[in-house]
Order: sequence, then structure tokens, then C-alpha cells
Amino acid sequence: MVTASLHKRKSDLANSKRQLEILSNGIFQSEDLPKFADKIAETSQFPLRSKTLEVLQINVGYMCNQVCEHCHVDAGPDRQEIMTKETMLQCLEVIKKTGAHTLDLTGGAPEMNPHFRWFVDEASKIGIKDFIVRSNLTIIKANKKFADLPEFFKSHNVHVVSSMPHWTQGKTDKQRGTGVFSQSIEALKELNAVGYGMPDSNLRLDLVYNPSGAFLPANQASLEKDFKKALLEDFNIHFHNLFAITNLPISRFLDYLIASDNYEDYMYTLVEAYNPEAVKNVMCTNTLSVSWDGYLYDCDFNQMLQLPVNSKVKHISEYNEYLLKGRPIAISQHCYGCTAGAGSSCQGSVT
Amino acid sequence: MQKTYYDPADLKKFGNISDWNEELGKKFFDYYGKVFEEGALSEREKSLIALAVAHTIQCPYCIDAYTGDGLQRGITKAEMMEALHVAAAIRGGASLVHGVQMMNKVNKLDM
Ligand code: SF4
Ligand code: SF4
Repeated sequence: MVTASLHKRKSDLANSKRQLEILSNGIFQSEDLPKFADKIAETSQFPLRSKTLEVLQINVGYMCNQVCEHCHVDAGPDRQEIMTKETMLQCLEVIKKTGAHTLDLTGGAPEMNPHFRWFVDEASKIGIKDFIVRSNLTIIKANKKFADLPEFFKSHNVHVVSSMPHWTQGKTDKQRGTGVFSQSIEALKELNAVGYGMPDSNLRLDLVYNPSGAFLPANQASLEKDFKKALLEDFNIHFHNLFAITNLPISRFLDYLIASDNYEDYMYTLVEAYNPEAVKNVMCTNTLSVSWDGYLYDCDFNQMLQLPVNSKVKHISEYNEYLLKGRPIAISQHCYGCTAGAGSSCQGSVT
Repeated sequence: MQKTYYDPADLKKFGNISDWNEELGKKFFDYYGKVFEEGALSEREKSLIALAVAHTIQCPYCIDAYTGDGLQRGITKAEMMEALHVAAAIRGGASLVHGVQMMNKVNKLDM
């Protein structure tokens, strides 16, 4: 089991340049597999360009109470990168003037940022249509000071999106009585208790599912059906939608792929499942990602690879939606993760 | 020369069988695709049947393919192993049930 981030372990892969090298060498250099740019050029979709901004995603820090093996952020308790109040103030100015309908806070565990509550308080006053917080569930049970989060979310009408391990792991964890699964179940019960995820409730609770290994997620609709049935029957838990998200071959998931000798097979799987229809709706076309230190990226994955936006505007302090629109997206072979099968984004499938 | 009869990389080339007979290859893959579509049985149930049959015919390509397919569909290890025991039980049973034939023969020949 992983207990420290790649950064803490001083792994080779903590270096984003090294990750980008791996993604361009080997099977892609030898042309056993086509590069992403060439693949999308087949259907005249190169260069990929951003359209009208709809989602502003802000990463408020890489610190997390968990150290998930597949984490593309390389988050963990040992990460010190945390958004300052000053950068948050700059973000608030942008939220006031953006045309985006969705604000999406992520991390790490966003709740671990010491200014998190203040920021949510201020941002919710601006009245953006959909205000998402990505909460990992276990944080609610991690420490007494987080116990009132369900009430806090409710009072700010926050849309909660939570990562959930596969429901079947519950069978084992339920017996053992410990672990991430049972804590997540407890947290979900608490969210349900204040109204989150209930059938007719306006308090939105959606779950995110990532495969727990080197395979693609199944059809989102059928997974949702399975999750709903199991969580209701076994634990009397309700939620609204399930987002099935493909693991992208970067950061800790890339480390896992290489260490388990699955990297090449996984890239073949992604490329074989390539769907040109999904390219039209990849999330970088309508999303902008802001890092803990205020820099702008096409998506959270590019943020972790430190591939900045191709624009004169690089930082939230110089934000200009007009100038950012239509920029060519920075791509590499990790992008195949967004275009496999039904496609994948922070909101799940894209086709 | 290749040192083994089976190469995992060959699974990816399955579609190439159409190169030498396009008509029959196409008919086969159309049929194959149709068989695994959701029908009276779910895609999930069909995947488990395929996994069990794969072990019965001991096809390494099929075992590889339907283990991956099962994981992707969220089929659990417990479900996969139970499906295999169904295959094993039928296989073992098929041997043993012929014991009746053996017994008939012995009873006929033996004084
Ligand atoms: S996947 Fe989410 S919960 Fe897990 S370590 Fe990464 S940020 Fe934390
Ligand atoms: S990884 Fe980012 S840049 Fe690449 S396709 Fe996905 S969203 Fe777009």
C-alpha cells in the first residue's frame, strides 16, 4: 500500500518532465501506437481548441488525508502546496466576472485548506449556478473539526461530488469494520441525513467511480444502476448520479502502471478504445483549471504535468476570458484517457 | 522462430483473420458482436458465461480477454471464481457421469 506521495518518496515520477518523456517515448516513439496529435488529425480535430468557458475548476491545494494509489494529483498529508488567501481573493474577482455557469473546487482534500470555509462562504454569495465541491467523504470522519461539513455544505447549497470505491469492496471492509469503505459509507449516511442525494432533494450528491486497476470503467449508466441497487440494499444510501472516470496515465497511476508492468497494455487499451466523437467534448474545451498558486491550465491533468495554457494570459491575476477563448490545448498521450470509449471528464462520460 | 505457440500480442490481431477471407470473417465478427449485446441475458451475465467457457476450452486468449472484460464491468473476484467452479463442476461431472457407462460395461462383462 502507498503511504507517501511520489514527491515525498523523491520518486523519478514526481518530476512532470519525466512523466511527459515516458508518455512520448517507447511505443509512441517507435510508432507502434500513434501520437494523440496524429490520431485527432485523422478526423481533422487538430489542433484541439477551447470553446466558451463553462466550468472554472480551482485546485485549492494538494494536501489530502488519503494517499490513494491511483491519485493523479499525487496528493497526500505530506504535500504542502496550499492556495493562499491572496490567490483566493484573485479567484473571487474572476468568479464575479466569469461567464462560466459552474465553479468546481478540488484538491487534494479542499477542506484541508485553512481558508476553505471562508472561500466557500464568499464564493457562494456571488451566485454561480452550480457550485461543486469535490469531497473525498472520509475527510468528514477524519477529525472532529470536519464533522459538521454536511451541514456546512447544505447551508451554502454546495453540490457535493464524492469519490467512491467500488461498492463490492464493502463486503470485505464491512466485515473487517475499518478502512476507507466503511468511513465513506458513514459519511454518505450523514450527507443523506441532512438531505443530500435524496430522491427529490435539490441538494445534489453525485459519486465518482474510478476503476481500481489497469482497466477501463464500464458503461456509466449500467454502473450507476449497480451502485444504486447495492448501496440502497446493503446500506440504505441514496445518491443522484454516478460519474465513471477513466484513470489517466500520469502521476501515481502512471507509477502503478509501470511498476505492475501494465503500462504498454494500458496504452494499447486506451488507443484501441479511442472514440473520435468523445474528442468533441473533452473537458478542456469548456473548462479552465487554476492551480493552488494561481496558474492557469487546460485541465487538472495538464496542471499536474505542468503543461501551461497556450495563451498570453498565464495567471489568475491577469485573467481575461476573451483572450483565453479559442486557445490551442496543450496535449500529450495522456489525453487518450479522455477519449476512450464513451470519453471521460470530471463530469463522467462525454458522449 | 517463435518459441511458444501462444503470444499475448496475437490477441490484438484477432481481427486479422478477415484478411484471408473477408466475407466469412465479417460474418463471424458481426455474429460475435450481436451475441454479446444485452438481450434476455445481460451483458454482464454473458461475460461471466464467456469466462467460464473460456476456462473449459482452456483458451488463453479468451481467458485474458474475459478476465479484463469482467473487471471492467465490475464483476467481482468472488463471482469470477464461482463461475469457474461451475465450469469445473460440469467438466468433472462429465467425466464422472461416464462412470455409469463403465459400470454398465463391467456389470455386463463380469460374471
Ligand atoms: S484521489 Fe482524491 S482522495 Fe485520493 S489522494 Fe488523491 S486527492 Fe486525495
Ligand atoms: S487530458 Fe486535459 S488536455 Fe488532454 S484531452 Fe483531457 S482534458 Fe483535454
